[in-house]
Amino acid sequence: MEGLTLSEAEQRYYCDLFSYCDTESTKKVASNGRVLELFRAAQLPNDVVMQIMELCGATRLGYFGRSQFYIALKLVAVAQSGLPLRVESLNTVKDLPLPRFVVSKNEQESRHTALYSSDADNPASYSGVIPPPPGRIQVKKGSVSHDTVQQRTSTDQQESTSPVVSPQQSPPTSPHTWRKHNRHPSGGNNERPLAGPGPFWAPFSEAQPGSSTSSDPIWSGHSPPPHQENWVSFADTPPTSALLAMHPASVQDQTTVRTVASATTTNEIRRQSSSYDDPWKITDEQRQYYVNQFKTIQPDLNGFIPGSAAKEFFTKSKLPILELSHIWELSDFDKDGALTLDEFCAAFHLVVARKNGYDLPEKLPESLMPKLIDLEDSTVIPVISEVGEQTGEVGYSSSPAEAPPSKSPSMPSLNQTWPELNQSSEQWETFSERSSSSQTLTQFDSNIAPADPDTAIVHPVPIRMTPSKIHMQEMELKRTGSDHANPTSPLLVKPPDLPEENKMSSSVKFTPGNTVNGYSSSDSYTSDPEQIGSTVTRQRSHSGTSPDNTAPPPPPPRPHPSHSRSSSLDMNRSFSVTPGQQQAGVVAYPPAVPPRPQPSQGAGPHVHRPVDAEGLIAHTSTSPQQIPEQPNFADFSQFEAFAVSGVNKEEEDEIETHSEVLQVEKPSDSASSLRVAKADGRVEDKAPANVPTSAAKGTTPLAPPPKPIRRRLKSEDELRPEAEEHTQKTGVIAAVLASQPSIPRSVGKDKKAIQASIRRNKETNTVLARLNSELQQQLKDVLEERISLEVQLEQLRPFSHL
Amino acid sequence: VLVSVICSPPQNYPLYIRSVPTENELKFHYTVHTSLDVVDEKISAMGKALVDQRELYLGLLYPTEDYKVYGYVTNSKVKFVMVVDSSNTALRDNEIRSMFRKLHNSYTDIMCNPFYNPGDRIQSRAFDNMVNSMMMQVC
Repeated sequence: MEGLTLSEAEQRYYCDLFSYCDTESTKKVASNGRVLELFRAAQLPNDVVMQIMELCGATRLGYFGRSQFYIALKLVAVAQSGLPLRVESLNTVKDLPLPRFVVSKNEQESRHTALYSSDADNPASYSGVIPPPPGRIQVKKGSVSHDTVQQRTSTDQQESTSPVVSPQQSPPTSPHTWRKHNRHPSGGNNERPLAGPGPFWAPFSEAQPGSSTSSDPIWSGHSPPPHQENWVSFADTPPTSALLAMHPASVQDQTTVRTVASATTTNEIRRQSSSYDDPWKITDEQRQYYVNQFKTIQPDLNGFIPGSAAKEFFTKSKLPILELSHIWELSDFDKDGALTLDEFCAAFHLVVARKNGYDLPEKLPESLMPKLIDLEDSTVIPVISEVGEQTGEVGYSSSPAEAPPSKSPSMPSLNQTWPELNQSSEQWETFSERSSSSQTLTQFDSNIAPADPDTAIVHPVPIRMTPSKIHMQEMELKRTGSDHANPTSPLLVKPPDLPEENKMSSSVKFTPGNTVNGYSSSDSYTSDPEQIGSTVTRQRSHSGTSPDNTAPPPPPPRPHPSHSRSSSLDMNRSFSVTPGQQQAGVVAYPPAVPPRPQPSQGAGPHVHRPVDAEGLIAHTSTSPQQIPEQPNFADFSQFEAFAVSGVNKEEEDEIETHSEVLQVEKPSDSASSLRVAKADGRVEDKAPANVPTSAAKGTTPLAPPPKPIRRRLKSEDELRPEAEEHTQKTGVIAAVLASQPSIPRSVGKDKKAIQASIRRNKETNTVLARLNSELQQQLKDVLEERISLEVQLEQLRPFSHL
Repeated sequence: VLVSVICSPPQNYPLYIRSVPTENELKFHYTVHTSLDVVDEKISAMGKALVDQRELYLGLLYPTEDYKVYGYVTNSKVKFVMVVDSSNTALRDNEIRSMFRKLHNSYTDIMCNPFYNPGDRIQSRAFDNMVNSMMMQVC
């Protein structure tokens, strides 16, 4: 043993320390446990402690003899002074401050050193108690005011010192991080709880330096009571007293009682001094530690720790599974079987608390609630001060039982009632993230739903456009430069067809603008062939499908021509201008159009039906408009037939057929009779003829109906004005149609004939395209059915294993 | 009188039994045990309904008492059985269904707890609280 010269103060100090550590009163050997605790309290890194132990020879000897102890203490002082540990430094370093064994507050450190240095009498009064304890006691208290310190020193001189030391020293032991946490002078009891976990952490986290683990068994043996005491003293009064009462008789206990007594007062004082005395609050250091631990499991701080990993991690804490299970229940806010960072910190904190003797709360404390906002900003409710069990905190929060149920339903509302829905709020936080997908799903669904009627992938939007276009074109075809009234009717009739045409991407055709009959740009959207085709198809679809199909579609077209006529706007413009009303009518058209070709093809009746339903709805909305226009319907139908038919027919025939079809369809409605009455006999004749034909066949019916209608249309130009008048009541399509009539109708029939043929060809194109789209639609539906059946099959399968 | 039992597959041993009031518990245990057979029978009968809320009305077992036994099965063949007093006419089917739903939700929460081994008796405090509150509502 190297020569060791100690100053008198040092001598005294070391002697007292040795006596303190000499639990077995051997006067020769200091208890390893105590020594280790002391060293822990020295706030030195573990490796430094190991080094000290080596240097002093304790490792060699296996025990701390007095000399070794003294040397160790000296080395502690050296280390605390920041000097390198050298054996030589033992004697060379002069004026070395006494080794400080402080648990927490720096103020206590300074205080205790000051006390020690100044208090020459105190050591004497201590019966084997280390002088510094007064400071340590205060340290133990944490942010204890000087008054309390004085108070303690006066009252707890004898016994409080040593016992106080041990608890204080034990906490900041094994984990270095813990030590740091404890040392920080931040006020409040918050840190004390951390002190407790210290020793426990060594076995808990294997990641800790191995040096700490060596002393863990010793520490852990000592730590529980002291930690509890620490907790007690630091914690609120009630738990303090309760725990104190429970502590087994021991020196520490005696002192703890006293310390607690003073602690309570100090606590109260402290409480007054500190703003929030939330035992459950996680300090920054603690949080940082938790975050680091979280990272070891899950590098992504925004990610989750799966349940299995968390289970392994927390099982290391050696808490009973039941308690761990309860902790999990408390901390897993959203009950998803995984821990977010906040949840993990809460669980960790609860484990720490439990390790230190705190009983687990029934409900998650407010401060541990995972929050959307920063944890430090969490509302720390002073109510906590009363509750060791955190029941007070719980008071304002919803019951845990409610938490799970509240998870799913009212997540958004929870955000508002944050204080009351602690767990729910957290659930809201995380659940919202997780449910966002479901929310998005629902949004998608909702988006899809409205899209169907109007923006149906296949036909909705374009369909809307086409009808008016078709009408316009029909009107173009019809008109020979005469009044534009009629266009409205075909336009009206056309909407149902237009959707079909739209399906065939006829909108594209519309845009190029068929300048049939000299129709200007306004007619660009509607080409005669297209119109004809659409009307023809409309006829077919109407007739082919169930009666409900036929009825609704015709009425809508009527009003449109008037609108189109009046506004002379593009189909797009017209549609956009009158989104509400016209769209209603427009919507009506689209649904009506698609069904037509399908039934004729006999393929997807179901497709027709939904469409027809939509058409019905839409048509019914427009029926009022249509009814008054019935007189002109015949005219319109002529135009429509014109546009729909894709076969080489005279425009008039097509138009007539269209009108007939429309009329036939509408006849199914209440307006049928009027229409029939108003329509020419030819139209009527043709309509029925067209209807069955269209119903039965696919594209073929297109040809015959239009022709006769066209002819009729030609001869019924005079009806157009009437139609126009009626259509004016309608919306966009009417406007568009109106534009058509405005186009010079003076074009001779010759041009019309050529244009009619052109139109017919185009119509056939559109019809075929429409058919193609409809077939695609049917294919989609069939696939969906297949998928649903497969799903059902899967569902049934598990039960087959019953 | 209300008794809640959760039985897990495959042997259908009870994971959790709670009765309010607590006398005659053994009788309820026996009742639940016998009702399990009916539950299994119903499961095998209907092959498609996954979540089934059935009513097992045993009628008057004794002239002096009668109670209804309700059953509930999850997709994983975990059975929830509830015995209620027939004199408790305030209990409607919807309420029973909601109670089963709550039980099921709480059970899934327990399942999410990694510290819970499936097959263990349920010792969750939160679950107990939920069941207690639920049963208090009824009685």
